[in-house]
Amino acid sequence: MEILVCVRRVPDTSENEIELNSAGNEIERDELVYSINEPDNYAVEEALQIVAKIGGNVTVATVGGEEDEEVLRREMAMGANHGVLITDEAFSGSDGKGIATILKAFVQKGNYDLILTGVQAEDGGAQIGGMLAALLDYPFASLVNSIELLEGQKLKISREIEGGNKELSEIDLPCVLSIQTGINEPRYVGMRGIRQVASIPIPTFSAAELGINAKAVGEAAAKVKRVDYFIPSLGKGAEILHGSREENIDKVLELVAAKGGLK
Amino acid sequence: MARIFAYIVHKAGIASDSAFELAAAARKIDSTVSPTAILTGWGADLDAACNTLGGSYPEAWKIANEALAYPNAELVRIALQKILPSDSIVLIAHEHFGIDLAPGLSIKMNSAFVSDVVDISAVEGPSMKMVRQEFGGQVSAHVRCDSSSGAVLTIRPGAFKATEITSGRSLVVDKSGEVGSLATRRRYLETIVAEAGDVDITKYNVLVSIGRGIQEKDNVSIALELADAMGAAVSCSRPVVDAKWMEKSRQVGSSGKTVKPKVYLACGISGAFQHLAGIKGSPFLIAINKNPKAPIFQVADVGIVDDILEFLPELTNKVREMRGTPAK
Repeated sequence: MEILVCVRRVPDTSENEIELNSAGNEIERDELVYSINEPDNYAVEEALQIVAKIGGNVTVATVGGEEDEEVLRREMAMGANHGVLITDEAFSGSDGKGIATILKAFVQKGNYDLILTGVQAEDGGAQIGGMLAALLDYPFASLVNSIELLEGQKLKISREIEGGNKELSEIDLPCVLSIQTGINEPRYVGMRGIRQVASIPIPTFSAAELGINAKAVGEAAAKVKRVDYFIPSLGKGAEILHGSREENIDKVLELVAAKGGLK
Repeated sequence: MARIFAYIVHKAGIASDSAFELAAAARKIDSTVSPTAILTGWGADLDAACNTLGGSYPEAWKIANEALAYPNAELVRIALQKILPSDSIVLIAHEHFGIDLAPGLSIKMNSAFVSDVVDISAVEGPSMKMVRQEFGGQVSAHVRCDSSSGAVLTIRPGAFKATEITSGRSLVVDKSGEVGSLATRRRYLETIVAEAGDVDITKYNVLVSIGRGIQEKDNVSIALELADAMGAAVSCSRPVVDAKWMEKSRQVGSSGKTVKPKVYLACGISGAFQHLAGIKGSPFLIAINKNPKAPIFQVADVGIVDDILEFLPELTNKVREMRGTPAK
């Protein structure tokens, strides 16, 4: 099976506190640690497990710049066969539809049976998979937390719905699935693995090479634009205890008891 | 101003509470316009649901089709495409069904799409300025959307205060005939109900709830010991389940359990809205997190900036001391 996984490099929120810049309209990016968007990593692992069962290839692709190569290499170190960087000045400022339009052009250059995305990026809208499927006129399912291969170009999938319940469906290939975290246990990637793929050239594709009309993507075509960032002031917030640890522990126990929690 | 529609999720003949939040969002976009409800389904449940909207929606468009008896977003999307005017503004609740339906609908309608909207801050003609949260709620962003050829917006549950107008009743307009037959390449099979698990976290007055801050599986015992000393149970947020450190049945949140304890100790939990959505009944919320900027501190009653791996064992010792139970 030929599988394409669309991935993104994002600031890692488990490693960073996201702060605003001095102008207060953008996040401070200088000191940020970036990594693969977490759900995307689960999607790559799922693709690798499918290919390990029935054969085929896993391609990871991202729309971005040179700095994004590091996440492609990371996923290649996990076992992805190919990494592809889709890059062009004209793509800058694209909204979700713009990114999906770019990916559609790339998909149509290949012959993929299955396209996976992570369910959502930290700064994204859980939108690219569904948009890409609609542009390609492929069936789509979001929040997928298990995939089983069936005979006859079909999959049996489960979606995560409310209360931890699972919605089971059958879906025809080719299709697009957005993958939920927890679907598998992504394998560990060590420095050694990264070094082994460090010198593999990563092919790039431009708007012209993909036959994309530059006017259909990028900032000019975007109907949705981020204006600025700000820190929300939600309600009064918590009363922060500033005592010593011992004092704080006593206070917590007092409060828990007062609220009927300790009998 | 374009016509505003709200897609209403319903179950067992009753519209979801989100219906009234969508009505509030619609009125925030344009206070002069009455939003129109759209309901899809089949049989008596659908007809009953159309009558549970009170006066919030003067008009309810109904699509009855046997293929829509189960709400399969792939089919609902096709049905909506057939009946919606091209420049419509469509509001959908941002939960599992909306996430499935909405992005593709915006493409098929050639509309703008903004997901997980928490507020509408300004509307100037077709230009709408909205608020979203990014990075797990650590920062918010203003997003401008050009809705001149329509817009599909998913609305975060709980973000808009429901304004239910109880008097009155929707005029039901039957649009079923405009939809025709529906076929899909994704066929619903069945729903598997979540397993109960070893501990029922919904039954406890106190929950010691752990998040990513617990860092590794071996540290879960720190929380279990505290809960044991307090007569509480340990619950958790999504990353703990994803990492397979605890069972799914321990997860609090929109994709896990809904709990109503008296006291909720959020330990190393950042406070993503999907997690908070599972905490009901306004418990006394104590947050312990080493990141002073963690969004959990915005909603907690009391906050402590500390490392849970050090704080919790000391708390456990103190509880045991107080209760005269020896350390195990």
